[in-house]
Amino acid sequence: MKPSLPELFLSFLKIGAFTFGGGYAMIPLFEREFVKRYKYLSEDEFFDALVICQSLPGVIAVNFAVYIGLKLRGRFGALVSAIGVALPSFLIIMVIATFLFRYIDNEYVAAVFKGVRVSVIALVFTAGFRLFWRHRHLYGVFIALMTFTLVAIAYVHPFYVIVMMGAYGYLTTKIREVVSHDAS
Amino acid sequence: MMLLRLFLTFVGIGAIAFGGGYAVLPLFERIIVDQYEWFTRSELLDMLAVSQVTPGPIAINSATFIGFTLFGVLGAFLTTVGVVTVPSILITIVSVYRERFKNSKVVQAIFRGLRPALAGLIFASVYTLSPDVMVDQWSYILFLIFVLLLVKFRLHPILVILLSAFLGLIIYWP
Repeated sequence: MKPSLPELFLSFLKIGAFTFGGGYAMIPLFEREFVKRYKYLSEDEFFDALVICQSLPGVIAVNFAVYIGLKLRGRFGALVSAIGVALPSFLIIMVIATFLFRYIDNEYVAAVFKGVRVSVIALVFTAGFRLFWRHRHLYGVFIALMTFTLVAIAYVHPFYVIVMMGAYGYLTTKIREVVSHDAS
Repeated sequence: MMLLRLFLTFVGIGAIAFGGGYAVLPLFERIIVDQYEWFTRSELLDMLAVSQVTPGPIAINSATFIGFTLFGVLGAFLTTVGVVTVPSILITIVSVYRERFKNSKVVQAIFRGLRPALAGLIFASVYTLSPDVMVDQWSYILFLIFVLLLVKFRLHPILVILLSAFLGLIIYWP
């Protein structure tokens, strides 16, 4: 069974409007809506979509919307799904942005944000730490350390470092394959 | 001209934003703060905080925020569309060759290098953002408390931000 374009749009709009905590918090909701509730997708198809969306650059929730929309309703499906998931953010942020920088010079608001900035640094640090902890083997620590040094200390542009480390991952895996192939 | 540059900048950011969420922060920092000087580091952090406590993907929220603050509704539209342009094209291509992509040894090998690099990239941002945030002994105490609440007690990020707003108001009461 396939959803109509308005149904697809509303499903994504709902998830975009009511999920706090960013794209990763949306994944269980996508599963509930598309796999469990409406059965538009099988569990396997859902998992495939997830793997593919995480292996590409971009915003995971929008990637997912484009992929699912495309699969269920073609090009227009992809379009309405992407608009659906991003529209609530777009509208809410514009309202807040109108006010934030108008009041940021108010000393009470400034006090609030002095505290808030610390929690954002703590959040970013925690996100980095969790990622680091999953790759704490020698190879992972080496890459993380190299990246940190290149970007933070040597001030190389993150773009070049991302390309470099992707190439490094590819080459080392390739070399290991060749070596273990020769040995056997 | 500025609008075109804004759009292309976000197309570029979208094209290399692997990992989603906070992984875009190092890119925003280098390109939007250092390269074009559109915002200061503190302003970027304030926008990130708002992006976290409002619904929706953090990268979309902050892209909209940046675009809107610079050039109003048109700016917001350009940054938001820009950041999803390249990924959407890639997904359209990849969905045709789904099986081949999913089992691709090349993609897996590249990600072996990319994932730990993202951790290093995020730590680099923490390092370069700190001087603007860690301004007194209170900042360090709060930082330790927040990390503990997040890692040890698994408190929801939104609750941590709300708590930090409350504590900030009390500690820095004018």
